[in-house]
Amino acid sequence: MDFNIKTMAEYAAEGKSPEVLFWVGCAGSFDDRAKKITKAFCKILNKIGVEFAVLGQEESCTGDPAKRAGNEFVFQMMALTNIEVLNAYEVKKIVTACPHCFNTLKNEYPSLGGHFEVVHHTQFLKTLMEEGRLKIEGGAFKGKKITFHDPCYLGRANDEYEAPRILLEKLDAELVEMKRCRTNGLCCGAGGAQMFKEPEKGNKDINIERTEEALSFEPKVIATGCPFCNTMMTDGVKHFNKNTEVAVKDIVELLAEADDL
Amino acid sequence: MQYIDNIIFLILLVAGFGLFAKSLLKIYRNIRLGHEINRNDRKSERWSTMARVAMGQSKMVKRPVAGILHLFVYVGFVIINIELIEIIVDGLFGTHRFLASVFGNGFYSFFTATLEILALLVVIGVVVFFIRRNFYGVKRLTMKELFGWPKHDANWILIIEFALMMAFFKMNAADWVLQQRGVMPVLGSFPISSTILGPVFTNFGDGFLHFTEKGAWWFHFVGILFFMNYLYYSKHLHIILAFPSTWYANLDKKGKFNNLDSVTKEIKLMMDPNADPYAAPAEGAEADAPSKFGAEDIFDLNQVQLLNAYSCTECGRCTSVCPANITGKKLSPRLILMKTRDRLEEVGRNIDKNGKFVDDGKKLLNDYITKEELWACTTCNACTDACPVLLDPLSIIFEMRRFLVMEQSAAPQELNLMMTNVENNAAPWQYNQADRLNWAND
Repeated sequence: MDFNIKTMAEYAAEGKSPEVLFWVGCAGSFDDRAKKITKAFCKILNKIGVEFAVLGQEESCTGDPAKRAGNEFVFQMMALTNIEVLNAYEVKKIVTACPHCFNTLKNEYPSLGGHFEVVHHTQFLKTLMEEGRLKIEGGAFKGKKITFHDPCYLGRANDEYEAPRILLEKLDAELVEMKRCRTNGLCCGAGGAQMFKEPEKGNKDINIERTEEALSFEPKVIATGCPFCNTMMTDGVKHFNKNTEVAVKDIVELLAEADDL
Repeated sequence: MQYIDNIIFLILLVAGFGLFAKSLLKIYRNIRLGHEINRNDRKSERWSTMARVAMGQSKMVKRPVAGILHLFVYVGFVIINIELIEIIVDGLFGTHRFLASVFGNGFYSFFTATLEILALLVVIGVVVFFIRRNFYGVKRLTMKELFGWPKHDANWILIIEFALMMAFFKMNAADWVLQQRGVMPVLGSFPISSTILGPVFTNFGDGFLHFTEKGAWWFHFVGILFFMNYLYYSKHLHIILAFPSTWYANLDKKGKFNNLDSVTKEIKLMMDPNADPYAAPAEGAEADAPSKFGAEDIFDLNQVQLLNAYSCTECGRCTSVCPANITGKKLSPRLILMKTRDRLEEVGRNIDKNGKFVDDGKKLLNDYITKEELWACTTCNACTDACPVLLDPLSIIFEMRRFLVMEQSAAPQELNLMMTNVENNAAPWQYNQADRLNWAND
C-alpha cells in the first residue's frame, strides 16, 4: 500500500478515534484474492479522506463459520473476545466487506453485549455518495455488461438488495439481472461453513450452477459483494474456461478501477 | 318419527366435531413435547404478519399461477363455510334455507349467487391443480419424496373438494328446478348450477329431484364432517395451522441465529480471571441448563418448530429454491419438515399406546434425517424466504448440526480442522493471528 493503514491501537495511542472501524475479516486478511478487495476499499476510503482504522493483530474471526457449522462454543469464544476488544476501544461504527462478518457483528453480537452500528461496505459507500463525499464515474466500465450476484448474507439474511445496485448503476454500465436475483438469489455454495469442506455428493457443485446462470448473459464482469462469493464465482468462471473473457470483481474493486486507483 | 332426520343430524354433528376436537387436542399435546420458546413479543407485528401472510396470502402470489388458483380455492372455502351455518341450522331444526329469513330475499339471492360463482372458481382451481400435479410435471410436485401417501393425500384432497362442490351444484340445481315448478318456495339465485345442471334436471320428476336435493345436501354435510376429520391425517392441516405458524413466525432478520445462553455462561466464566473454577453452582442455576446442546429428537426442538412440521403442506417451494437440492444433493427442506412430522406422529402414537413415551430406540437424527442432508445446507435462507406460511426448516437443520458437533463431535473432518483453526488461530485457515495486517505492507 502506498499509504499507511492505521490500527485502533495507534489511534488510541494518539488519544483519537477514527470515524469508522474497518473490520477486515479472515478472508480479507489472508486470502490473496480477497486481499485485493481489502486494498481497493482502503484506497477509496483514503482518497476521499475517511478516517478509518483496522484492528490488525487484535482482530479475530467473528465466529461465523464455527457457529453455522454448529459449534456454538467456539463461536462465542470468538464473539466474547472480539466484543471485549471492541468495547475497550469504544467502537461505535463498523464497516466490513464481508457479509458474513457483517451479519454476525450486526445480528448475533448484540445479545452477547456487543452493540455497534454495523454496515456493509456497499452501504457505507452508498451513504458517502449520498453525502457527496464519494463521486463515482463510469470510466472503464461505461456501457459494459455487468451482472450482480446477491450474497445471501447481505440479501435474504439482512434485506439489503439496493446499496450494491445503486453503486453499480453509477458506473454507467449495462446492469443485467439474473433470473435468480434479490430474494430469489441463488447461493454461491460457500455459506454455512461450506467454504471449508467438500460439497456433499450431487449432480454438480452449486458455484457451477450459479456461474452457468451468470455466464448465460455473457457479461464482461460478474460483480460480487462478498469475498466467499468472489472465490466461488472465480472458480466457476475458470471451470468454464472463461477467465480471460469474464472478470469476477467485488464492487469496491470496480469503483477503485473506474477511478484509476 | 318425524324428528329422526334431525336426531341423526345431531348425532353426526356432535360426533364429527367431537372427533375433530380430539384430533386437535392430540396435535396440541404433541406440539407441547417441544421446548417452550418465547414468541409472544411484538404482538401487533405478529397480528399484522398473520393477517398479511395467512389471511392475505401475500406470499402465495409470488408464483402467480399457483397463487391465483390457490386464492380461488381459499376464498371459496372460507365463504362457503358460511353456508355451514345454514346447513347446521337447517339440519337441526328442519328448516329450509334458513339464511334467507335472516338476510331477506334480495340479499339471499346475492349471497347464493356469490357462493355459486366461488364454488365454480374452486372447481376450476382443483381441476387445474389436479392436472398440474398429475399430468403436467411441475418438478416440485412430482419429486420422488412425494411418492406414496403424500401424493395420494394431495389427490384425495382435490377429489374431495371437487365432490363437495359437485354436491353443492346438484343440490342447488334440483332446488332451482323445483322452485321453477312452484313446488319449493323461491329462495336464492343459482346462476351456475341452473346453467350446467338445470337443463338435465328439468327432465326428472319432482320425487326424484326432492331425493336428489336431500341426498346432495346430506352428502355435502357428511362430506364436510369427513373432510374435517381427514385433516388430522393430512398435509391439509395447513388450512388451520398456517394461522398460528405465521403468528409465531420468526420476526428477526433471517441471518440472526440464536445464541445459546448456557454457552455464554460457561465462556464468561472461562474468561473471568476472578472466577473460581471449583465454585459450586448457585442454587437453581443447574435447573435452567439444557440437558443437551442442539437437537437429536423432536423433544429437543422447540414448539414452533413442531408446529411448523404440522403446518407444512408439502408444496415444495422451499425445496425448489434450495441450492443443495437444485444441484442434486440429498437435502430437501420440505423433507426435513415432513420427517419431523413423521417422527412426531410416531412419538404421539407411542404415547397413545403407552400412556407416556417409551423409548423406541429411534431418533429423528439418523433414523429419519441423515447427516448427509444436514451437512449439505448452505444456510442461505432461500427455503425460509420461499415458504408461503413462514415455516423455518433451516432452524431444525441448524439445531441438529449443533447436536452433531457439540454432543457427538461428528462434524466432517474438514470442518473440525476449520473449527480448530478458529479456536487456535482466530481464523478458519491456518494462519497466524500476528500476520493479520500483512496485506497492508504487501
